[in-house]
Order: sequence, then C-alpha cells, then structure tokens
Amino acid sequence: MKLRHLTDTFFRYLFLVAGVSAIGILFSIFIMLAINGLQTFADVSIAQFILSAQWNPSAFGEPSYGILALVASTFMVTVGAMIIAVPLGIGTAAYISEIAPSYIRETLKPVVEILAGIPSVVVGFFGIVFLGPLIADMFNLTSGLNALNGSILLAVMALPTIVSVSEDALRSVPKEFKEASYALGVNRWLTLIKITLPAASSGIVAAVMLGVGRAIGETMTVLMATGNALQMPGSFFDSVRTMTANIAIELGEVPFGTTHYYGLFAVGLVLFLMSLAVNITSEHFTKKYRWTRK
Amino acid sequence: MNSKLFGLLSALLIGVILTGCGSGEDRAARKNIQINGSDTEVNLVQSLAETYMDKNPNVRIAVTGGGSGTGIAAIINGQTDIANSSRSMRESELEQARQRGIEPFPIIFATDGLAIITHESNPVESLTIEQISKIYRGEITNWKDLDGPDMTITLYGRQSNSGTYIYFREHIVKADYSARMRNMNGTAQIVEAIRSDRSGIGYVGIGYIADSEGNVISMINVVDVAADDKSPAVSPLDPENVMSSAYPISRPLYQYTNGMPEGDMLEFLRWELSEEGQKVVAQSGYYPVNEDYMQQNRELGIIE
Repeated sequence: MKLRHLTDTFFRYLFLVAGVSAIGILFSIFIMLAINGLQTFADVSIAQFILSAQWNPSAFGEPSYGILALVASTFMVTVGAMIIAVPLGIGTAAYISEIAPSYIRETLKPVVEILAGIPSVVVGFFGIVFLGPLIADMFNLTSGLNALNGSILLAVMALPTIVSVSEDALRSVPKEFKEASYALGVNRWLTLIKITLPAASSGIVAAVMLGVGRAIGETMTVLMATGNALQMPGSFFDSVRTMTANIAIELGEVPFGTTHYYGLFAVGLVLFLMSLAVNITSEHFTKKYRWTRK
Repeated sequence: MNSKLFGLLSALLIGVILTGCGSGEDRAARKNIQINGSDTEVNLVQSLAETYMDKNPNVRIAVTGGGSGTGIAAIINGQTDIANSSRSMRESELEQARQRGIEPFPIIFATDGLAIITHESNPVESLTIEQISKIYRGEITNWKDLDGPDMTITLYGRQSNSGTYIYFREHIVKADYSARMRNMNGTAQIVEAIRSDRSGIGYVGIGYIADSEGNVISMINVVDVAADDKSPAVSPLDPENVMSSAYPISRPLYQYTNGMPEGDMLEFLRWELSEEGQKVVAQSGYYPVNEDYMQQNRELGIIE
C-alpha cells in the first residue's frame, strides 16, 4: 500500500519535471536568442535591419545587415510550397478518408507518412541532380537552382503532415452529418464538398499551419536547392537565400562576439517569432477542431 | 542470491572490465591527428593521410572539410590539430588566436591553380583578370560582351566560410560579389552546376576538375586566363604555368598548426613535403610546392 503511494508520487513528480523542463528549455532558447540577438542593435539600427535588403556582414567594403531579402525569400519559398502542397494534401486526405476502399487506405496512409522520414539532405540532393535540371529544361532556364525548386521540395516535405492531420480531421467528422446528407439524396461529391470538408475545416487549417511551420524551418533542403544568392527575389525563377540557409551558411565561420555573430542570432530570433506565430495559430484552430469532435 | 552464482557473475564482470581496459590502452597508444578545414584541400589531404597511414599504421589521421573559415575558427578555438586553409590567415584572426594563447604556424604544402570553368558549349576560351573581376562584380552580365553567345551570365561561387571565396574576392574581384551570384555549398557543387548550365561560370580548385595527367572531366571548359591585355592567356592545366606563377590565379595551399608542430604531427607534415608526399599532391590534381615556398618552409624550420 505504502509502496504504491510512493510509486504514485514518484511518477507524478517525474512527469511534472518532464513537462516543466520542456517549457523551461523553450524559454531558455528564447531568452538566449533574445539576449544575443538584441546586441546586434548596438551597431545596427532596427530600421536598417528590417527594411534593408542588403545582407553582407563579411563584405569587401562596408558590412550591411538587412534581412528583408532573406525574409522575402523564406516567405516566397514557403508560400510556393503551400500553393502546391495544400490542394494536393487535402485532396489526398479526402481520398484516403472518404473515397478509398479500406485496403488502399491501409497502405496509402503509412506510405505518405514514410515520406516524412526521408532525411532532408536526401531531398536536397534530389533537388540538385534531378529536379534542378528538369526545371531548367521545362522553363528553358540555364539553371534550376531557384525558388521554384525549393518550393517543390518543401511541398513534398510538408505533404505528410498536411495529409495526416487533415485525414484525422476529416475522419472525426461525426457519421451522422454525412448520413443526414445522404438521406436527403445528396451525392457523395457534394456531401464531401458541402458537409464533410466544412465540418473539418478548422482541423484542416491546423494541418496547413503545421505544414507551413515545417516549411519555414527547413534548412538543408533549401540550402542545397535554391542557389543561395543574396539578391532580393523577383520571381520564382530567381535564386534565393532563406533565413535558415543563411544562418547555416554563416554560423560555422563567424567569430564569436562580433556584430555578425549577434546578427545571426537576431535572424534566428525573427525566425523563432515567425514560427511561434504559425504554431499559435495552428493551436488556436486545433482547439476549435477538438470542440467540433464532441 | 546464491553465493556461487554471485562469485561467477563478479568474475565475469571483472573480466569484461579488464578486457575493456586492455583495448583502451591499445587505443591510447595510437596517435590521433585531427585535420579540419578547406573544401579545396579536403580530398587532397585525405589522399595524403591515407597514403601516410598505410605506411604508419599506428597513426590515425581524421580529415574533415567545411571550409577554410571553419578550419581557422577550429584552430583558434583549439578544437583541431591542423587547420587546412586555401588562404592565409587574416591579421584579425591571428590576433584573436594569440589572445587565446594559440600561435598559428603556417606550412605551405601544395600549389593550386584556381581554375575558371564554363560549360563545354561556351565558345569563350580566354578571359583577362579584369574581365573576370567585372563578371563577378556584376558589371558584365552577358556573354555577348565577351564575344560569346547572347546569354545572361549565371555566376557560381562559394559561401563566405570558404577560403577560395575570400581569396578570389581579395585578389581578383577586389569588390563585393554581385548579389546575383549563387553561393554553393562546396566546390563539387559548383562543378556539378556548371556541367548542366550553358551560361554558367565558376571558380574551383584545380584538383576538382583534372586528374594527374591533366585530363579535364567531361562537359567542362577550363578558361585560359591572362593577367592583363598585353599578357598571353595561359591554362592552369600546365603545371609549369602554375608553378612559375605565369598563370595569374596561382595560390599556395596552407596548413596551420598551433605553434611549431612536434612528434607525429611534424613527421606527417615533413612527409607531405618530401618527394613522396609531393607525388601524392600531383596525383590528386594539384601541383607541388615551388622553390620559393619550399624555402619559406625551410626558414620556418619545418624541414631542413
């Protein structure tokens, strides 16, 4: 009896510590980013940092620290990825949950989820040797290392998340909704479009936001496939450098405690705030979706 | 617990621990040398290390790349034994090292003719340093201005942690690179990109495109380079041109140690500069150290 109490208390505290430390780690990361990142502004004005499109800390002449082109690149690649992945992902999810016979469903879903397990460096390599030359051929460009290449690869990487979470949302729409629709003589297509998808919409939005989060934070793939030019991107055929790729490229050689060093933390801070905003939005919609399920 | 069983288990345990210790001592007897840095040098130093380890089985040499900047940062932070670098260390870096009690010691162990490469279909055969500089600054943007086809030039270069990136900018471009330049992760990626890009131009260490006989890999055109309008354009594929510095983008390749190297490290570095080591350098597509730099090595006391 006494032992049982002890075990109980022990495990209660063990899980408390685990839970609290996860939050603690998140806060420590944020504070570390903020403390280091904010020191950038001792040398660089905030306005220049946000509004200038020139990022060149190890310049031949005057160094410059403007993240606009980096933010625009990240934004462009992510939006491009979502344009491809959202229709494809929701379509796949709808097929798996509503249309596919059970034996296809049993194989298709695990297969899509396996996609998530491909290491990003492999996806990036695929972008260099296969997708790059293909894009160059299709659009008659000289080089396929551009924003489009990165978008397509990120779409592939975000698909498993979007499919998996949307499929869960679609499947948890109460059976009665669909039955009521069928009883009124509505066909399967209209039931899917007018009843099931709207009922699952908040879950689907959460799925998309999780996909966005996946795409924003991805580093290796875009580093390999987009060419990393520092220019302000003009079109999807331009080479771009995302915020993540920029940090990965420069952090290895930056001398400790310099403005460049703090500048990279400031880029990381902006990235952190961006993905935090995305995650909070997704959490907001997930809560709604839990409510629908009741 | 049964005391016999207990005794047996303890004996087993002690046995395991002792065997463990034994192999640990073996490992300690082997000497480890950690080499880190330049992407231009990584394959070359790997070949040197492998040949050396075949002859000296009790020395272990681990070579990793990452870029000259990464190697230099590692030697400053005391995280590596030897830093490979395709550029000399800057005054600010030497200063930083000294503040941390590190005294960088340079060894020049090979010569590189930094090659300017284009796609094989590109008819432009030779360029002057000034033209190359203007191309990389973004002042010349079309091949037709260089008697080539009407095609926008696609620039390929390395990333800022690369010694080649810095060397090329300080000595050839002499200004900031155009923001349109694609910053590739390694030399091999530049070569790969040029092979499939008709309009591309890139700069790479000679060892990445030529074998020991001077045969260039397929789909690549190596541009002849002239120092100025009056000088003849010469090819980096001829060892004579590079070693005599007639080829204008010849550069020494460095290794840095912390202070005068000793023991196994000194043995290895001396072997690199020996006739045998320099033969491996030539087989890897790079060129041996010329007499001037060999003299510099002698003066620093690395060889007699």
